[in-house]
Amino acid sequence: MDNNAEGTFFLTGKDFSRAGTASGSLKKVLENMGLPSNVIRRASIAAFEAEMNAIIYAVAGIMHYYVTPEMIRVVLQDMGQGIANIELAMTEGFTTAPDYIREMGFGSGMGLPNIKKNVDKLTISSVAGEGTTLEFLINLDKTGEGGPE
Amino acid sequence: MILQQLVDALSLEVITQGTDLTKTVTGGYVSDMISDVIGNAGEGYVWITFQIHLNIVAAASLKNLAGIILVNNRTPDKETLARASEEQVAIMSSPLPAFEIVGRLYDLGLRCR
Repeated sequence: MDNNAEGTFFLTGKDFSRAGTASGSLKKVLENMGLPSNVIRRASIAAFEAEMNAIIYAVAGIMHYYVTPEMIRVVLQDMGQGIANIELAMTEGFTTAPDYIREMGFGSGMGLPNIKKNVDKLTISSVAGEGTTLEFLINLDKTGEGGPE
Repeated sequence: MILQQLVDALSLEVITQGTDLTKTVTGGYVSDMISDVIGNAGEGYVWITFQIHLNIVAAASLKNLAGIILVNNRTPDKETLARASEEQVAIMSSPLPAFEIVGRLYDLGLRCR
């Protein structure tokens, strides 16, 4: 089985009919690579939350993933409203989501904290009014359960 | 416990076509917030919710949940049901409110964690 993979998904803001397909596809890639279920779970959760953020808040976005024997790296760049205060956005329960988003059960202010909990490294840079770049890493060789056999 | 046993015990209506009801149910989680489910529901859990939009399927599929139980006779649109069948996520519905559903599932021995 090949231990390397790389791919790109394009995300469209407010397109809830396709929301979750990028992270779902990434999950299938990781499953096909035979990665440990714990790693797949963590990567899928983080990718789903990042994807939803782009769909809820941005106009458009691109999700790149890279898998090597050492790590999973996901970079999500979007064009949109950006995050004015990243520290505040990382606070559990803080949200700027409009009511109709909250009625769908999104925008609970748990997305970014959920990502942070599931990854080994999270980096967010943003310019308000322009967009956000979110990058996370999950190590594959650090622990017994993390490495591809 | 498998899904079919829950369907029988709670008289649930299975509203998806062709979904596997022999999946093992390992526990239950009730929430209407997607991130809460993504963060806290366990693999094989049955998810009790009021939400009916398309993205509940993505969330259930991502978490490898056993199925979704909709409360208060909530009915999703055709698109959601089609996606659920495609992703093999069983959706069941009940006229009962969440409190009653959860109570009965707990009685049957289902737990969260």
